[in-house]
Amino acid sequence: MAEILADPALWLPLTFAGLMGLSILIYVVLDGFDLGVGLLFPFADEAEKDRMVASIGPFWDANETWLVMAVGLLLVAFPVAHGAILTALYLPVAVMLVGLILRGVAFEFRVKAPLRYKRGWDFAFFLGSALTSLSQGFMLGMYIMGLDATSATLAFSAVTAVFLTVGYSFIGAAWLIGKTEGALQDKAVEWARGGIWGLLLGIGAISVASPLVSPRIFERWFSWPEILWLSPLPILSAALLLALWGALRRLPSADDRGAWVPFSCGTGLFVLAFFGMAYSFYPYVVPEQLTIFEAASAPESLMIILVGAIVVMPMIAAYTVLAYVVFRGKATDLRYD
Amino acid sequence: MDTLLLSRIQFGANISFHILFPTITIALGWVLLWFKLRYNATGDFKWMEAYRFWVKVFALSFALGVVSGITMSFQFGTNWPGFMETVGNVAGPLLAYEVLTAFFLEAGFLGIMLFGFSRVPGWLHTFATFLVAFGTTLSAFWILVLNSWMHTPAGFELRDGVVHATDWLEIIFNPSMPYRLLHMLLASGLTVAFLIAGISALRLLFGDRSRSVAATLRFGAVMGAVLIPVQILVGDMHGINTLEHQPAKVAAMEGHWEQYPEGEGVPLVLFALPNAETRDNDYEVKIPHLGSLVLTHSWDGTIPALDEFVAEDGTVTHPPVAPVFYSFRIMVATGMAMLLLSWTAVALMARRRGPEGARWSVEALPRWVLYAFVAMALSGWVAVLAGWYTTEIGRQPWLVHGVLTTAQAVAEVPAPMVLSTLIAYLAVYAVLTGAYVAVLIYLAWAATHGKPLPTRGGTADPVERAVETAARPAARPGATTPAE
Repeated sequence: MAEILADPALWLPLTFAGLMGLSILIYVVLDGFDLGVGLLFPFADEAEKDRMVASIGPFWDANETWLVMAVGLLLVAFPVAHGAILTALYLPVAVMLVGLILRGVAFEFRVKAPLRYKRGWDFAFFLGSALTSLSQGFMLGMYIMGLDATSATLAFSAVTAVFLTVGYSFIGAAWLIGKTEGALQDKAVEWARGGIWGLLLGIGAISVASPLVSPRIFERWFSWPEILWLSPLPILSAALLLALWGALRRLPSADDRGAWVPFSCGTGLFVLAFFGMAYSFYPYVVPEQLTIFEAASAPESLMIILVGAIVVMPMIAAYTVLAYVVFRGKATDLRYD
Repeated sequence: MDTLLLSRIQFGANISFHILFPTITIALGWVLLWFKLRYNATGDFKWMEAYRFWVKVFALSFALGVVSGITMSFQFGTNWPGFMETVGNVAGPLLAYEVLTAFFLEAGFLGIMLFGFSRVPGWLHTFATFLVAFGTTLSAFWILVLNSWMHTPAGFELRDGVVHATDWLEIIFNPSMPYRLLHMLLASGLTVAFLIAGISALRLLFGDRSRSVAATLRFGAVMGAVLIPVQILVGDMHGINTLEHQPAKVAAMEGHWEQYPEGEGVPLVLFALPNAETRDNDYEVKIPHLGSLVLTHSWDGTIPALDEFVAEDGTVTHPPVAPVFYSFRIMVATGMAMLLLSWTAVALMARRRGPEGARWSVEALPRWVLYAFVAMALSGWVAVLAGWYTTEIGRQPWLVHGVLTTAQAVAEVPAPMVLSTLIAYLAVYAVLTGAYVAVLIYLAWAATHGKPLPTRGGTADPVERAVETAARPAARPGATTPAE
């Protein structure tokens, strides 16, 4: 530990890998529920759609900024990896970008264009959310498979695409349970109940596939004593799934008690799955090819960014909290006045 | 077409589409703050009406700016990996500071600015408006620092072909940064001035006689009239700075192929068709000595000619002349039209009195001036794009002047793959640009006719919906806008 701290060429890449991982995790949870709400659009009627958008309206832009942060950190801290990963994922990245564009503009256009076009923009909102989720899931699969395009890896990636999309829908439904009431909340509970199976299968599939693909990952998980201190990960996941199951059976409750339990448990599952993956891939930033130490920028450049990050991060945290406090409680119609 | 050209067209299309929207939001944020402060100071509700109308335009423009900006942060990696691999140690921290200090600030307070008016205390709403405006400007600062550094790199050294930062103050305050930043901020101000004047004139023509529209039309016209001479001055200084650091670009802008005899100076070529084959201008219309006067502020000063940037072996190191030459002229011509219109409008308002004898009344403006403002509503976009094409094409063949060429940075992605994504992006951008302009016009129309737009919660009233979907009511001239 001491020698790591003494050498900036070691601890700076580690710190930045940590920051990047944190940004990805925050993005996946926060924009995950935004995207999930968009994915659930086809199941809602028109008034419900408005309320669903209102529940994420004040937050989505800041949530999406975590993606810019994550890819920005990859870009600035590990420039070589940024090029290698993104050229390998050229097409899914393009699909995701088109999806993000459609989703983001549909938010605005659906309430500013003449009413007769609203249906069209609602569809764009769904389509954008779906393209974004599917392509992100696909990229996750390709990344796990070592960015190697064969028919088997493409098939696996297609499966992860579907599962991440289901995962986002689940966390979106869980968000709506907390943010809405009445008939829409009832519906959201139904949606969440359906999504729980997808969540289980998705996390299961990735957990089984990763060690099978990579002997190195197999070694990391199934050797003694690692397996002992890694065991809380699957045990906690199982406990959270059980808690979710129980909460969703009781909801909706009369006094709205426990309305945030599904979202909290869902977030917990995302966090655990993320740590499992991070453990599997460390120290690689491009799987099996490039470690964070090989791909890192010059220490003096990383230092400059780190100083800025340390000063600014608490401020970002503060006004993120402010936004969530100002718009706390059940979602109401969003108005400019 | 090869990967390099397709990738350039793709990035050019993305960045052109992107810049349309920050150009609006950078200055519109400050204008909204001004409206809010006027409302706080006077209690006159017309300022709040103006705020509510223009905050919608801001929200729409902001969303388009955000999503098109994300596209670019990914394309650095998908199409131009050589850029970050070579200059990442400089570009990285600058981009990181943009995200850390600007993006989160804007995004964090945008929700409060848009939807918080009745949820937070008045001062916090005003403060949120300020922070969003400040954030957009800060974002412009960082990105223009990086862009300027690509034109006039400083404060670095090359080690094993990779750029390493040696002096961050020199990097940030690189030679062209102050001029470029000021030029762009003023361009944003002018774009917004003419957009506000144009949309307000449109509402007036639609029959909107509300005091808020009169106030914003007057505001836009005066803002344009004040900023345009400053912009012409700053543009001239920027040009002289470019002459010092990137003379080949200025030679291309001027269509200055070969040196004139001693004492003849450089003429100003008003119009010509630059011919890369003959390395000369066809159909040239020029004013003797004026080029010298503008660029060197002397009667017979000279500037380097394009021929000086052709090596012995025939290698050309100056940019392609025609696109730089034409886009520069389009920018200048648009600026002149802005000067003419805004000064005419201000002069008319200052000299004539309105129906009730009021000074500075927009009623004093004849209809043709209103039509001219409508026609010029998006003139800022034309000038901004033309200006950026001038400077960016003028930087070719370099990506980072003297350090990295564009060809060295491109990714070896198969050309058909780039072509397919290019077509997809172009289709999306064409639809969205069209939708954006259509919605601007619709917002003006809806505000004029007192149409309640659906809130984000939706107009729950089924009657209102039925009316909305039924045939539109005929325009009512003279209708006023009730407060929403």
